[in-house]
Amino acid sequence: MSNPSHNGTDEVRIGFYICHCGHNIGAVVDCPAVAEYTSKLPGVVVSRDYKYMCSDPGQELIQQDIHDHKLNRIVVASCSPLLHEHTFRTATERGGLNPFYFQMVNIREHDSWVHTDLIEATAKARALAHAAIRRVRFHKPLETTRVPIHPDVLVVGGGISGIHAALTLGNAGKKVFLVEREPSIGGHMAKFDKTFPTLDCAACILTPKMSAVRSHENVTLWTYSEVVKVEGYVGNYKVTVQRKPRYVIEDLCVGCQECIKSCVYKEPKFSDEFNVGLSKRKPIYIPFPQAVPQVVLIDPERCLQVKTGKCKKTCLEACADRQAIDFNQKEELIEVKVGTIIVATGFKLFDAKRIPQYGYGLYPNVVTSLELERLVTSSGPTAGDIILRDGSKPKTAGFILCVGSRDLKTNRWCSRTCCMHSMKLAQLFKEHTDADVTIFYMDIRAPGKGCEEFYDKSLREGIRFIRGRVAEVTDWALAPEEEGKLVIRVEDTLAGFVRRIPVDMIVLAVGMEPQVDAQEVRRLFNMSCGTEGWFLEKHPKLAPVSTFTDGVFIAGCCQGPKDIPDSIAQAGAAAAEAMALIDRGYIEQEPNTAYIVEEECSGCKSCVVLCPYTAISFDDAKQKAIINEALCKGCGTCVASCPSGSIKQHLFEDEQIFSEIEGVLAYD
Amino acid sequence: MTEKNWQPRIVAFFCNWCTYTAADLAGVSRLKYAANIRIIRLMCSGRVDPQFIVDAFARGADGVLIGGCHPGDCHYVEGNYKALRRFQMLKRMLDDMGIEEQRLQLEWISASEGDKVRTVVNDMVEKIKPLGPLGIPKKFEAWDKEMAELEEKITSSEPVAAPA
Repeated sequence: MSNPSHNGTDEVRIGFYICHCGHNIGAVVDCPAVAEYTSKLPGVVVSRDYKYMCSDPGQELIQQDIHDHKLNRIVVASCSPLLHEHTFRTATERGGLNPFYFQMVNIREHDSWVHTDLIEATAKARALAHAAIRRVRFHKPLETTRVPIHPDVLVVGGGISGIHAALTLGNAGKKVFLVEREPSIGGHMAKFDKTFPTLDCAACILTPKMSAVRSHENVTLWTYSEVVKVEGYVGNYKVTVQRKPRYVIEDLCVGCQECIKSCVYKEPKFSDEFNVGLSKRKPIYIPFPQAVPQVVLIDPERCLQVKTGKCKKTCLEACADRQAIDFNQKEELIEVKVGTIIVATGFKLFDAKRIPQYGYGLYPNVVTSLELERLVTSSGPTAGDIILRDGSKPKTAGFILCVGSRDLKTNRWCSRTCCMHSMKLAQLFKEHTDADVTIFYMDIRAPGKGCEEFYDKSLREGIRFIRGRVAEVTDWALAPEEEGKLVIRVEDTLAGFVRRIPVDMIVLAVGMEPQVDAQEVRRLFNMSCGTEGWFLEKHPKLAPVSTFTDGVFIAGCCQGPKDIPDSIAQAGAAAAEAMALIDRGYIEQEPNTAYIVEEECSGCKSCVVLCPYTAISFDDAKQKAIINEALCKGCGTCVASCPSGSIKQHLFEDEQIFSEIEGVLAYD
Repeated sequence: MTEKNWQPRIVAFFCNWCTYTAADLAGVSRLKYAANIRIIRLMCSGRVDPQFIVDAFARGADGVLIGGCHPGDCHYVEGNYKALRRFQMLKRMLDDMGIEEQRLQLEWISASEGDKVRTVVNDMVEKIKPLGPLGIPKKFEAWDKEMAELEEKITSSEPVAAPA
């Protein structure tokens, strides 16, 4: 990187390259014309257009030209710098120049993809190219700085994605803090009976992972806890975790559940969250039999002792000398230092009440797919019996797909799993009840491995499929066979007429939505959300688990709807990305920090208070401001505000920006 | 470019994390919008020096657009608030200079709002079109000419030198 900047002379020799990107740019921007235009600009020695600049021959072209034409500045007009700036900087460096003697022009995302008029788009490409050519003249050789990475990792969310990421990292010898907001890890998968398309038991594949992560020597598991504060930056995050009071000391409780038996509430009375309200629990409870950790907790809203202080405290007697129950437990804040963070906070299910015509909440035998899931599970509230609310067995059932998915009125996206999930439930439904099962669908989407075969299996097993979006569910009988039944009104779009189909039970395949507090979580970790509210990946194809904040990765359904294999694949990818940072030991930071030209600083101190990172201090002896480069994040706020113009920013120097302004306006 | 098919030229300063990314997203989504805008990337809207804006106008921009993250979402905590303060002050100054307020706009556009880039740019172009060219460079030319003429006048009348 210590190359001479001017090849022995002070002359600026610019190489300009415009990329056709196949037809992506070439079809809308007249690339040869732009190259012709730029070839006449001052300082431009080489000006070329090429099919794919990012390809190997494209990059070699730059390197060869640097050598042959003694270039000392490179400008490439192609896609967004957020995609390929690094590629071309590296090519520039391989050609023997400092990588920061490079400037990129975005004529794809900002030009050819958003404009249709060839003349206008070409004019814009000329203007942007002109700006970069003027700008690059003022570029300086810079060195990246290296920041060490703290080797520990924070994983947020203890669903299958979070568990898998934590285990992968733990197995690789990394210290992991796994934080889960619910009293047990397991997430949505813990509520499932079997998983498609293999129909293997969800508990049998999940619970071993749950206990493995709990007992792993490298994993610290904090359930019933939430991340409340994140400070710092990649490599050096300081995270504050709030541990909510369980009113039970985790280390002392052995999970014998004697306290639950002896509670003054003889019968369970309160809605059980894990069974989505299909069963009851006591004020002191364990979320589900396989919960990890096997530690009871007390619901402070329901427990007489916590609420009123007046209870016989039979639980305390039952706990006896273990003394695990502590009614005075307070929330606790723990601070940890980590270098990287994996966010795997999952999804929430669509609230079926938002589509009133399907009668959820109105007709008791309209249930959601998750409720049915709990009913078919042998460890569920009915021990695996699918029953109607009156206790009888359903003889007919209808599954309505795309409830809260692919719907302009609610959510536009496809939730991806409901087709397969419904077919799985339909097969289990038949197995458990021998009922007639009909699935009402718009399109069956079964693209995963083994999924199309699973659809075939569903057909072979006699599940009926009717294509059409269900209009409404009603209990208004028009014929004797409809008496006492729920009637599905639907236009059968294959047969071409409206049907009325009476059934005993209706299952709504509710779609996935971002968590209610996704926006707060996004702010906490300095991430972005897409239009729909899912966390935004850095690049939809090339960086699917990275975010725009270095060192923060995403995995699982918080990034968008996906099934278990995809969630696990992402979790593994996120763990690998984190490890790639940790094992390298450092991160190279963009050298876009601010610096002070001391002779020009008037010592007015106006910058000191502006810095959000307290990177600027004041030297009283010298009466000058000082910037701590390690703390500076390169926003440039102080640069813009310095009244004497004595603060400058690498990569975004005033001259560079002024020359860009001049350049974009130079061409008519 | 003739007066008839005159098109406003808008210089935009977009922050790297939200608005520039949103403009990338607009591209990836193939949204179509007016080609009048020339985007300059900065790391943060807080880097936008009022001088950049004045300079853009002076060099012939008909409008300037600043794009930053939504309040509370700034990648650098609060750079966008600084941008907002400077924007408010500068607006008053531009008003005094006779530059219409529609010519300077500040918009919060998050990384996910590709469509907002489209509507903001199109709206701004529509707002500026009826105002016509700002033409500050032409005014500079006129002023320069005035000065030159004045100078010419003074030098030509030099024979009447100052009394010795």
